[in-house]
Amino acid sequence: MKTSHPLPSTIQLAHGSGGQMTRELLDQIVFNTFRNPYLEQKHDGAIVPLKGPVVISTDSFVVSPIFFRGGDIGELAVNGTVNDVAMCGAIPEFISLSFIIEEGLEMDQFLRVVESVKRAAEEAGVQVVTGDTKVVESGKGDKIFINTTGIGNPHPKAQISMDRVGEGDQILVSGPIAAHGMAILSEREGLEFESEIQSDTTCLNHLVRELLDQFGADIHLLRDPTRGGLSGVCSEIAQDSGLGILLREDALPMDKQVAAACEILGLDPLYVANEGIFCAVVNAEASSDILSFMKQHPKGSEAALVGELHGAHPGKVVMRGPVGGTRIVTPLIGEQLPRIC
Amino acid sequence: MKYLTEYRDLEATQQVIRQIEKAVTRHWKIMEICGGQTHSLVRNGLLELLPEKIQMIHGPGCPVCVTPMQLIDLAVELMERGVILCSFGDMVRVPGSTISLQEAKSRGGDLRILYSPLEAIRIAKENPDREVVFFAVGFETTAPANALSVLQAEREGLSNYSILVSHVLVPPAMEGILDDPFCAIDAFLGAGHVCAIMGYRQYHPIAEKYKIPIVVTGFEPLDLVQGIYRAVSQLEKGEYRVENQYARAVTEEGNLAAQQVIHQVFEVADRQWRGIGTIPMSGYALKEEYHPYDAGRRFGLEKERPQDPGECIAGAILKGQKKPHQCPHFGTNCTPRTPLGAPMVSSEGACAAYYHFASTNA
Repeated sequence: MKTSHPLPSTIQLAHGSGGQMTRELLDQIVFNTFRNPYLEQKHDGAIVPLKGPVVISTDSFVVSPIFFRGGDIGELAVNGTVNDVAMCGAIPEFISLSFIIEEGLEMDQFLRVVESVKRAAEEAGVQVVTGDTKVVESGKGDKIFINTTGIGNPHPKAQISMDRVGEGDQILVSGPIAAHGMAILSEREGLEFESEIQSDTTCLNHLVRELLDQFGADIHLLRDPTRGGLSGVCSEIAQDSGLGILLREDALPMDKQVAAACEILGLDPLYVANEGIFCAVVNAEASSDILSFMKQHPKGSEAALVGELHGAHPGKVVMRGPVGGTRIVTPLIGEQLPRIC
Repeated sequence: MKYLTEYRDLEATQQVIRQIEKAVTRHWKIMEICGGQTHSLVRNGLLELLPEKIQMIHGPGCPVCVTPMQLIDLAVELMERGVILCSFGDMVRVPGSTISLQEAKSRGGDLRILYSPLEAIRIAKENPDREVVFFAVGFETTAPANALSVLQAEREGLSNYSILVSHVLVPPAMEGILDDPFCAIDAFLGAGHVCAIMGYRQYHPIAEKYKIPIVVTGFEPLDLVQGIYRAVSQLEKGEYRVENQYARAVTEEGNLAAQQVIHQVFEVADRQWRGIGTIPMSGYALKEEYHPYDAGRRFGLEKERPQDPGECIAGAILKGQKKPHQCPHFGTNCTPRTPLGAPMVSSEGACAAYYHFASTNA
């Protein structure tokens, strides 16, 4: 792809003006990257062939730094929205892509982000069909913000609903927890520490589709524990279902480095963000088959059974610790803050 | 993880709990000094596993909890005056008399959350036109790094760096608690990390004077039950002496290099403790030659400030006279989201620990 003429080396306010420079930016970078018949319609929006009920989900991405170990904001923006659509039991097909860029962003960085969006969209099997680009003055943003909206049809076998969550259901997670949050934290000012921790950002829609193909109605609920971590998702499930959740701390899959970083920084991994795992509430009778299936899939090789739903302590999440005692797991209040000692 | 996994072992921990059950014949009240120990006791559900005769009393060792409200007001004022305020994370949600540091940030203040004051030195170097203040709170554990930051600022000739000091010391607080006529504590679990720096030599006279067992204890479940077992063993035999359960980190002398840095920069002074009041010679202040690095002096912040509000019973909590759930405000109009006092904010605060982790039947 040509990156040189006539694009300048940084994004300028005029790139968001709607005039000639916007056109040049879009033609040379965006349209050129995401070539597809829907974009070539050159409408103000895209006309896409979807029938019946449609699942739609939107998300905005403001991560800082925009490039981090294991990913970047572009990849995150695709995976985040694709996963949200998948968690509704749907097969994402199309996404929109909107940028809010801070004046002064290096053109090469913008290009890297756009190319990363492209790679992630290809891996997820979704097409970027519409979008928008705005530029704000220097100091009024933080390099680049991205909004994506994803749409797709529900999987024909999916029966995903909070109403289907019942006593005895089991809770599976598809992979190790807390990697994304710790990867980001390790690069933040003031908290820098040496680690090789990588963000877990990835698309989960293929694994979800195969699970639904195979197990359909045995999968009662899917959630991705992004901000707020696993505790947030479990608290929501307990509160909304009116049932209690018992988690087993020693069953939680976690990378050793992530666990060590959480120990050092005094953070509870249950509250740390994830971007590449999901939590499935499943019929107990099918649970071990579902778990084995997940473990054989590249996106679920470290999946684990971490807890179950029951009638005791309704609305609350309780975790049994390594020495046999229990504690309540509350949702995150405010930001998780590092402890002094 | 080495040094962690083996101290979270189910069998080993339960075996010690059975030993405690066997040893205990009477009711004993044992205070764990450090907020980190409180956090671990509640987080691991140990309170429900211990025999009924053992009552754990949660001590004042949460630095965030005992930092006076006036200091937070000073920090907020500094932010409003355009200073870059650097702070440990769990300080930022603690309410001052009007707002917290976090709220001051949302109103345009420049707040940086750091793990080390040496980071603040870097920020001061990168911002030579701005004043940078590190909010130096904590017990003896954080004092060496805070002192080092002052020495480094001096060495590098940084004139825009200072610290807002609110350092407190453990032994005077222990004596303060024991001198209280309502004190009903039979033994202490000494704060392991504080002793890693300071050693435990200074605890011998306290054990002797008040005839009370002191067991320097770590923070993992197995550490805590071992500390409790040793305290109970002494109590049952009518003994009182200092023991060291946390020998993998603590020696009698402590970390001499760290102590030297502390004593180079700080001197012992009277300190106000939030909820408790002023305890004589219970904290650190900058020595005279380091007064140029004292943010309080530099910014003329020595005026009178509003006192702590009346409805929070932090004093009784920190002295172990009341449990968090015995407070009428606990969980109703005082929650981590709307804290009336600091023990509900810090993850090491007894109230927050109870609110977050205490099991349904606790």
